[in-house]
Amino acid sequence: MVPVNYYIILSAVLFTIGALGVLIRRNALIIFMSVELMLNAANLAIVAFSSVIKSFSGQIFVFFVIAVAAAEVAVGLALIVEIFKSKHSIDVDQMSGLKG
Amino acid sequence: MTLELVTFLVLALIAIATALGMLLSRNAVYSALFLVLNFTTVAVFYLLLGAPFIAMAQVTVYAGAIMVLFLFVIMLLGAEAIPRTQVLPWQKPVAITLAVILVVEAAYLLVTKARPVGGVLPPGTEANTMENLQQLGETLFTQYLLPFEVTSILLLVAMVGAIVLVRKEKGVQR
Amino acid sequence: MFLSEATSFGFFFLAPWLVFAPVIGLLFNIAFGGRLSEKWIGIVASLASGAAFVVSVMLAWSVAAGGGHAVSVPFAEWIHIGNLELDWTFRVDSLSTTMMLVVSGVGTLIHIYAIGYMHEDVRFKNDVGRFQRFFVFLNLFIAAMMILVSGDSYLMLFVGWEGVGLCSFLLIGFWYEMDTLARPSWANSNAAKKAFITNRIGDFGFLIAGFLMYWYLGQSFQFDHVFEAAKEVAATQPGVIVAITLCMLVGVAGKSAQIPLYIWLPDAMAGPTPVSALIHAATMVTAGVYLVTRSAELYMLVPQAQYIVAMTGAVTALFAATIAVGQYDIKKVLAYSTISQLGFMVAAVGMGAFVAGMFHLITHAFFKALLFLSAGSVILGLERGHHHAEDHKKESDDSRRRRSRETSDSKEHHEVFDPGDMRNMGGLRKTMPVTFWLYMIGTLALAGIVPFAGFWSKDEILLDASLHYPTVYWLLTIAAFLTAFYMGRQVWMVFFGEARHEAAAHAEESPKVMTVPLMVLAALSLLGGALNLPFEGFHNLGHWLEHTLLEVESLPLDLQVAGISTVLALTAIVVSWFIYGRNPLKAGQPDPLKKPLGFLFTGMENKWFVDEGYFAIIINPFKKLSQFLADVIDWRFWHDFVHDTVIAGTYNWVSNIALNDYADQKGIDAFANWLGTATQSLSATMRKVQNGFVRSYALSVLLGVVLIVGYLILK
Repeated sequence: MVPVNYYIILSAVLFTIGALGVLIRRNALIIFMSVELMLNAANLAIVAFSSVIKSFSGQIFVFFVIAVAAAEVAVGLALIVEIFKSKHSIDVDQMSGLKG
Repeated sequence: MTLELVTFLVLALIAIATALGMLLSRNAVYSALFLVLNFTTVAVFYLLLGAPFIAMAQVTVYAGAIMVLFLFVIMLLGAEAIPRTQVLPWQKPVAITLAVILVVEAAYLLVTKARPVGGVLPPGTEANTMENLQQLGETLFTQYLLPFEVTSILLLVAMVGAIVLVRKEKGVQR
Repeated sequence: MFLSEATSFGFFFLAPWLVFAPVIGLLFNIAFGGRLSEKWIGIVASLASGAAFVVSVMLAWSVAAGGGHAVSVPFAEWIHIGNLELDWTFRVDSLSTTMMLVVSGVGTLIHIYAIGYMHEDVRFKNDVGRFQRFFVFLNLFIAAMMILVSGDSYLMLFVGWEGVGLCSFLLIGFWYEMDTLARPSWANSNAAKKAFITNRIGDFGFLIAGFLMYWYLGQSFQFDHVFEAAKEVAATQPGVIVAITLCMLVGVAGKSAQIPLYIWLPDAMAGPTPVSALIHAATMVTAGVYLVTRSAELYMLVPQAQYIVAMTGAVTALFAATIAVGQYDIKKVLAYSTISQLGFMVAAVGMGAFVAGMFHLITHAFFKALLFLSAGSVILGLERGHHHAEDHKKESDDSRRRRSRETSDSKEHHEVFDPGDMRNMGGLRKTMPVTFWLYMIGTLALAGIVPFAGFWSKDEILLDASLHYPTVYWLLTIAAFLTAFYMGRQVWMVFFGEARHEAAAHAEESPKVMTVPLMVLAALSLLGGALNLPFEGFHNLGHWLEHTLLEVESLPLDLQVAGISTVLALTAIVVSWFIYGRNPLKAGQPDPLKKPLGFLFTGMENKWFVDEGYFAIIINPFKKLSQFLADVIDWRFWHDFVHDTVIAGTYNWVSNIALNDYADQKGIDAFANWLGTATQSLSATMRKVQNGFVRSYALSVLLGVVLIVGYLILK
């Protein structure tokens, strides 16, 4: 049987890659996708642990996470579309209106 | 090296490779497709971990609906044209450094301090083949009923919000 | 004579009125004098002085009736601090009543004379309003002099001493803004200052004597206590008594115008003539003689000091007499004569002949007052003549101008005319006969011609001197010769010959208010000798004063001494007639003695350059020293350097440069400013974090996560 550590490490790596994507890429959509990746990494860890302790709670939690992620994506993409309408670009570096 | 371990390693490699592919791909569509593959791999992982329902949900919702949505939007916005000028030159190196440090820290933590004990149950074991779905449904609708209902409201709100956001002021839809 | 039994028999309780009658008079004149006419101001003042005289008479009678004992009349407690008790007590004995009678009697006559004199004087000097002030000061003087002679301690004597000094100052400088010829000048005020300052030097001597007395002679100022203690101290420490008596001599030299402090008296002639008569002839200057007489018991203990006193008096007498020979101002001659006669008195009391000294004091008061007041009459007569002459000249000039239609120079009418200069006089016996006869009586009395009062008193002094102090006798005899000479010179120059100036030609006689008091004084000068004739049974004054003075030597007439002095006086008068009377002076002619005596006469004319000497030796170096101290030490060094440069400069440096520039501006301000700019630059730097890029914000989040995880690891 696979030790749960391996799953956790995998989860960590995926998470890090997702974080890198958020930080490095300038395309808003890619960033968004990286966020989904991070969520997935977290889901993986939860399910791994739930399997170790033989409980359903983890799975149910992940179920809710997926639902919420879907809702989030819907709204997020709507926002990106809106932004594209006004700025005609999805380069996040162009969205520096908060510059102080 | 048991079969499970090998399976795991292969799948893990695929997952990481696709993730990297998503990260490094210049073409946004390629990135989305890489991510679809990643999600599918993770669904397989779920199966291995004895969560068939979640695996299905992953494929259906994530890989099927969410990524499709992404692809729609990518097509819609013509997302290839990203200018090359770098505004924050130090961003990439610093980010990579920090990410590496984070991984190292996490690994270190896992190995020394937070040592989760135990192994994942292989699929097909007794504990895993219980009337999984039935049990899951029961738990979901009894113990976690409130979050369930709230989630449904949440989805409703998300829908309404998405529509409201893209609506023009005068109500004229493009 | 020990202390009193304050007898119920007698009028001793009236003693304080001696002082307070004049005080009431002067207060009345201050308050109401502005509304009274001149006549009434004068009447009030004369009544005040007369009241003092009446009280003196009653006190004298009381003393006589009481057998001549001294009586103390306590009046007020003055200083009571711890063991120190100084009171104001009146002492009524034969000596003090004698002085009281002289002062108030002669004083009252002079008050009456002054009514007439000042009436004309304030009009000649164009300040009628000042009439009132004169009588206030005169009454003040009488009050102070009364305090002096009636005190029972040296302290009260000194209070009166200072008071008369003040009144002398006030009255000499009565016309303070002008000089004797009524021109605007510092001359009169300088004369007043000179009197005061010279007196002060004498007072210093008196004070030292007073302190020594208090310290060594029984912690008291009262006469009786001092004299008691003196007897014991004289046996053990005679030097103390010598010191006391010689310091008192300094005071006497100041007040009674002896060498070396006589210099103020001639200048004091700047005051109005009644002042010269009252203060500088009859009363104030005799205060010194009174002091020595009162201190007889002290002086008798120290013959060495007595000798010095006697010699001082004798030398002064001769010195002043020589100066009087060369003076041209009528009052200056009389002033130096006063100094000379005071020398006689001081010599007398120095020799121990206290009765003779007091006798001469009394007779001198009579005839010198007479002479001064008559001189005042002469001066006013000349002033009246001068104004008459000017009016005539103006009339004739006007008529001449009208006739010839010329414009005349008005300057001629305002010539400077000195009415006191004897060279402007002459022939006044025709125009001012009453004054002339009065003056003659005074002159004969002063010259010492029998039977005038002056003869008897002077003779007694000479007699005493011949017996005990031969040097003094010869000096006084020569002085007596000169006295007769210069008085003769004066009479020939003023009253005989022809008028040398038109003012003298037009001179007018004085009114009765002035001449009647003079007649009283003349009578006293004639008959005053009866006070102490040198015949058995007639030593009235001697017996009188014996009650106070203990040792009195009553000498009979010595024909030799009397004869020599009479012959000398007559010779002097004849000589003066030969020089001045036979060929009377003409206008503009120099003094006939000038050529024969040469430099001697120049010295006599210029008072032997004593004032110039004092200026050169004492006053000018002193002025230079005080200028040096004031200018260099005080202003330049202390004020400019220490204050401004050092102290103020340091303070300014500290506050401006050290504290302001460095500590405040560069230190504190800089720090505060630095806080502001540092905050600004920090915030400018920090603001760059808000670059608006989401990615960098996310990076910060990742950084935070890394740090926290790291912390968890390290924990």
